[in-house]
Amino acid sequence: MSSDNKAQIAVDKFLQFTDGEVASFFEACVHCGECAEACHFYMATKDPKYTPTYKLFPMVKAYKREKAPLHSIRKMFGLLPPAVTEDELREWETLVYDSCTMCGRCTMVCPMGIDIAGTIRKMREGYAAADIVPDGLKRSVDFVEKTGSPMGVTSKALLAQVKHQEKETGIKIEVDKQGADYMAILSSMEIMGYPEIIGAYAKIFQKAGVSWTISSKAYEATNVGVQIGSGPLAKEIVTRVVDAAEELGVKYVISPECGHAYGAIRWAGPNMVGRPFKFEVVHIIELLDQLRRDGKIPAGAKDGRKMTLHDPCQIIRRGGLLKEPRRLLDESCADFVEMENAGLGNLCCGGGGGVSANPRAAELQNAAFGCKADQLNAIDGLEAVVVPCANCRTVFEEGLEEREIYNLEVLGLGELVAETLKDIEQAEG
Amino acid sequence: MTFLQFVEGPLFYVAAAIFVVGVVYRLIGILRLGGERDLARPNGSATGGAILTVLRHFVPRRTFWRGSSFHFVAGYAFHLGLFVLLLLAAPHVAFLQERVLGFGWPVLPHWAFILTAEVAFAGLIMLWVRRFVDPVQKLISTSGDYAATILTFLVMLTGCLALQESHVALRATHMVFVDIWLIYFPFSRLIHTFTFFFSRAQTGATYGRRGAKL
Repeated sequence: MSSDNKAQIAVDKFLQFTDGEVASFFEACVHCGECAEACHFYMATKDPKYTPTYKLFPMVKAYKREKAPLHSIRKMFGLLPPAVTEDELREWETLVYDSCTMCGRCTMVCPMGIDIAGTIRKMREGYAAADIVPDGLKRSVDFVEKTGSPMGVTSKALLAQVKHQEKETGIKIEVDKQGADYMAILSSMEIMGYPEIIGAYAKIFQKAGVSWTISSKAYEATNVGVQIGSGPLAKEIVTRVVDAAEELGVKYVISPECGHAYGAIRWAGPNMVGRPFKFEVVHIIELLDQLRRDGKIPAGAKDGRKMTLHDPCQIIRRGGLLKEPRRLLDESCADFVEMENAGLGNLCCGGGGGVSANPRAAELQNAAFGCKADQLNAIDGLEAVVVPCANCRTVFEEGLEEREIYNLEVLGLGELVAETLKDIEQAEG
Repeated sequence: MTFLQFVEGPLFYVAAAIFVVGVVYRLIGILRLGGERDLARPNGSATGGAILTVLRHFVPRRTFWRGSSFHFVAGYAFHLGLFVLLLLAAPHVAFLQERVLGFGWPVLPHWAFILTAEVAFAGLIMLWVRRFVDPVQKLISTSGDYAATILTFLVMLTGCLALQESHVALRATHMVFVDIWLIYFPFSRLIHTFTFFFSRAQTGATYGRRGAKL
């Protein structure tokens, strides 16, 4: 691929993805720089290059040069920006991939309400098409192509974890059960790192009398296509789940405690596949909240530790599930305290949007987690933090380790709910 | 025809026509880029979200108050000041009545004009200076940002000089800058006067469907 070609391929994609919505954003930005104040990468480094709107510059240039209304008149007066070059795209690569988790916090502060996160997602389409992407994400893509999972989790590995959880809980977990109501999908990180969530599902759903299953063909929820910016790959990953769910005839697919996985299948999914699904996608937090309110999983003795909640960006800010986790926590723990800016204004963990899969960004991710660590440290006597996203959870564990904070437990919401169910023995705190 | 007659006669009408046609063309052009229908099952109202986001982003959220206060104060001082001057300054109302609309409305007393102009100037200068003092804004500001700011400043400055209506030349200078400003507007960053609404509404609609209140 020649150099001009790469730039042209990227620019073509930029232009293709600049629809009325993105154009409105580009036409509204007045370069006030407020977005920097909301970005954890800027907050952690104070480096102006991490200003969110600056990360979009190559895409803005392509638009102004070739697509913006009245650009031909501006051209006559020499008012167009120069063409986007490959060098420039490469210079911007770390801004587009390493220093944006697509958390959307900048939108909250933007006087114009510009969705920079959503636009970065589209900008990455240009980068992926031109193959200017971080090696770490490329490796994830290779794994997905070989095994269907970004961490190389095979169905054998999944089945082994399921067996293990059956033994732990003494509850039968039916795989590939035709006609079940719910089909659960999981993130690689959960299957390999936190398999107890499978046992938690088993306990909760048994208590609630919910019929559920896991597909041995489509168990992976993580969508690396969304992270790297490859529409075709993202569609392939979603399609695998859709096919399996429609084959099993389930009514619902349960999106797990994973941020981007939720956005990928719940909000982007039907648009990628080009039709509404024959089932509904529910987030596990939504489902647990619903079951709780229907009285099917009454809470028992509360966990007595002082706890707080981390709001995963894609589930809360960009996903709309603000009240559900709080209602569940109110009934599951006795001493719940909110972090500063909790809810919509929460700070990202620093590792979303593919950043944690990109080793090149490790130092920056750790610096950004520092903002989160400060919020945790600001709560006196905090004993545990509930992190309902497996990816955030890993980032938390690494970040706390890095800071030698060992007295703070990081746990998932599903596990906490399972452990505090009525009639089920209270887990030791 | 005197120079003054030219700049507030034919040139003004041409400039005003370019302004109106250019702005309408550009805004329609943006909307015509369209988008695909969202097929995901909604969890809230797109229209409600759009309205909420348009209104909500007029004022910074508490979370960001500290970082946003400079732009909030300077931004409102300038923009509100400018709108008040534009719509309520006695010469403006007289001009619009004579040349364009045929009717007028009550105007600001002289002292209120001076006060408003001071507030607007203070706001504009604060916004302008911050562009080259603040490291973030310095990095992201483009020549277009400065051009729009400087041109608006000159329109305001010459407007104040022309206030006493003591010299025909001062009024003519003001009108020249007004005409340039009107012609430049549709091609420039000044379009944010209208596009802020599109941008907020788009985001509000997208996230409103998800039940999220961005």
